[in-house]
Amino acid sequence: MNEIAEKYLRQEALPMIFCPGCGDGTVLGAFLRAVDELKIGDQLALVGGIGCSGWMPVYVNVDTIHTLHGRAIPVAVGLKATRPDRKVVVFTGDGDAIGIGGNHFIHAARRNVDLTVIMINNAIYGMTGGQAAPTTPSGATTQTTPYGNPEDPFDACKLAEAAGATYVARWTAGHPRQLIKAFKEAIQHPGFAFIEVMTQCPVQAGRYIKGGLDAPEFLADIRKSVVTEAQAATMPPEELAGRTRIGLLHRSERPELTQRLAALNRGEKR
Amino acid sequence: MSEDGRKVRIIQGNEASVEGAIAAGCRFFAGYPITPASEIAELMSRRLPPVGGTFLQMEDEIASINAVIGASWGGAKACTASSGPGISLMQEGVGYAAETETPCVVINVMRGGPATGQPTISSQQDIYQARYGGHGDYEIIALVPSSAQEAYDLTIKAFNLAEEFRVPVYLLSDEIVGHTRERVVMGGPIEVRERVAPPKEGYRPYAAGPDGLLPGMPAFNDGYRLLVEGQHHDERGIRAGDDVNKSAALVQRLNDKVRKNIDRITDVERVDLDDAEVAVVCFGSTARPALEAVQSAREKGVKAGALRLRVIWPFPEKVVAELAGRARTLIVPEMNIGKLVLEVRRSAGGRAEVISLPRLGGALHTPEEVEGAIMDAVKGGNAR
Repeated sequence: MNEIAEKYLRQEALPMIFCPGCGDGTVLGAFLRAVDELKIGDQLALVGGIGCSGWMPVYVNVDTIHTLHGRAIPVAVGLKATRPDRKVVVFTGDGDAIGIGGNHFIHAARRNVDLTVIMINNAIYGMTGGQAAPTTPSGATTQTTPYGNPEDPFDACKLAEAAGATYVARWTAGHPRQLIKAFKEAIQHPGFAFIEVMTQCPVQAGRYIKGGLDAPEFLADIRKSVVTEAQAATMPPEELAGRTRIGLLHRSERPELTQRLAALNRGEKR
Repeated sequence: MSEDGRKVRIIQGNEASVEGAIAAGCRFFAGYPITPASEIAELMSRRLPPVGGTFLQMEDEIASINAVIGASWGGAKACTASSGPGISLMQEGVGYAAETETPCVVINVMRGGPATGQPTISSQQDIYQARYGGHGDYEIIALVPSSAQEAYDLTIKAFNLAEEFRVPVYLLSDEIVGHTRERVVMGGPIEVRERVAPPKEGYRPYAAGPDGLLPGMPAFNDGYRLLVEGQHHDERGIRAGDDVNKSAALVQRLNDKVRKNIDRITDVERVDLDDAEVAVVCFGSTARPALEAVQSAREKGVKAGALRLRVIWPFPEKVVAELAGRARTLIVPEMNIGKLVLEVRRSAGGRAEVISLPRLGGALHTPEEVEGAIMDAVKGGNAR
C-alpha cells in the first residue's frame, strides 16, 4: 500500500466495493493527494450519497457520513452551517446529485454555500445494475432503455453554473493530475464548488451503453470525447461537434452563505 | 419576570415550542413553510441568530430533516417542524436518524389528512405515522402536548430525551394546541440535558452500554474519525448489512433501547383514577374536553377519571393494563378514525370494556359529548 493510502484510508473499511477497472479509485487517489498537499486532514468532513461514488468517502479515515440517496448535500449544509471552518466535501454520483437529489443540488448552488461537490458521472445507475440515468446519452441502451434512451441528458456543469455555483470544472478519470489541482482549487474556493468527473464504468455502462468496452478502451473513449478550451481553439468546427468541454468552466465570486449567516449572528442585517 | 427567572406570557403553542426549544439548547433549525406549523419557522428565524444559532429555510422538508441530521453530527441540538404533507416527506430521514442514532426533534403540528386534507384544521391522525412512518423496524419517542404550557415543557423534554436515547423525538402538537394563545410560564430552573462528548480513547461509536444506549454524542471534527453509516453497521460504524447476526443485533438494540427503557420515558397524568369505574384515556388537545367531562361527571356523583398520556410512543401499556384491571370501562376520544384505541384495547387485554370515541373532520369533541359517553358507559355497566 502506498504512503498516501496508508496515511488516509480507513483500513477496517477495506476492501473497497468498486469493480475491477472502475474509475472511482483514480478519483479517490487524486482527492487524497489534494488533501495531503493542502494539509487539511483534521478540517475535513466528508459526505457520501448513495451509489458507487457515495462509498468513496467511507474509505477515508476522517469524519464521514454516508447518507440517504440524493440527500448528501442537505446533510453537508447542516454540517457546514454548524461549523463554517470545516472543509465539507460531498461525493455523489450523477443519479444521486442531479436525479433524485437535483432540487438540493440547485439550491445549494443558489445559496453559494461553501461546499465541494465531486460528482462522479458514469452516465448510468451502476450499483443497481445499469439503468438509465439523467446523464445517459440519447439513444443509449440500458437495462431500462432497451429500445434506446428516448430522453436527452443533463449537462451538470451548465446546470450548476446556471443555479449559481461559483466554481465549476469538469475532468475525467483520465486526468489525475488535473483532478488534484482542481480538487485543491475547489476545496480552497470560498463558495459552492462543483467538479464533474467523467469516469469509465466497464461493468455497467461499458457493457450496456458502449457495447462491451473494457476499462482501458472505455477510458480512451472518454478521452476522445472531451476537449479542453486550448484544444478547442485550434479545432475545426466539424471535429469539435459533439465533444464535451473539460477544464475550469466557470469561476466567480459571490457572498457565501455561512459567512452571511455568521453576520446575522453578529447582529448585522442583511 | 419573577425573581427566579420565570416569566409569564400569553402565547400560541407554536411560539411556546420555539421558546422551549431555545431553552433546551436548540441552536439549529431547518424547515419549510406549511400551515399550521409556519409560525415555528418564522419565530425560529427571529430567535436563533441572536443566540448564536442558525435558521435555514430549506428547499423542501426532505432537505430540512437531512440538514438537521447534518447539524446534529455537526455538534448542534437541532430541530425541524412541519405538518402532515411535510412530515410524510421527512419519513426516510427520520428512519435514517433512528438507524444512525442521531438525536433530533421533529415537531408535527398535526392537521387533517390524508393528502393536502385540511391545512387549517386540527387532527390527531398522524400518531401512527410518527411510530411507523419510515420503512423498517425502529422505535421513536413521541410526546403530545395538550396546551401551550405543555408545548413549552414537552419541547424541552423532547430535546432531553433525544440526547439521552440518541433517537429522533416527535412533538405531536396539533393545530388547536399550536394556535391557541394561553398563559405560559417560561424559564426558571428547568432541566436541560447537555451534550456530553464521549471519551476518545478506544472509542467505538456504536458500542452501547448494558441499557442499549450509546454514551454521549460526539461531533465531527473533534478528533473521533467517525463513520456514520445508514446501512446496518457494527460497533465501529463499518457496514455489516450482509452479516445477519450483526444486523439482527443492531435492529434489536435500536428497538429495545426505547422499549426496555419505557419506565424512564412514560409520562402520564392521573386524574381521579383511584376509585374510577369509568376512565377516559386521552391525549393532546382532545384531553381538554375530556378532563372537563370527567370533572362534570364527578360533580354528578359518577366515579369517572382520566388517564392523560403525555408520551404516546412508546405506548404506556403497563399503565393502561393496570388501569384496565381496576376500571370497568375505558373511553378513548381522539380526533381521528379511532387509532390509539387499538393500543388501549391491546393493553387492556379484555379486562375492561374499551369504547372508541373517534371524531373526524377536525371539530374538537365537546365536553358534553365525552360526558355523554361516560354516562352511557355507566348505564351500560348498570345493565350488565
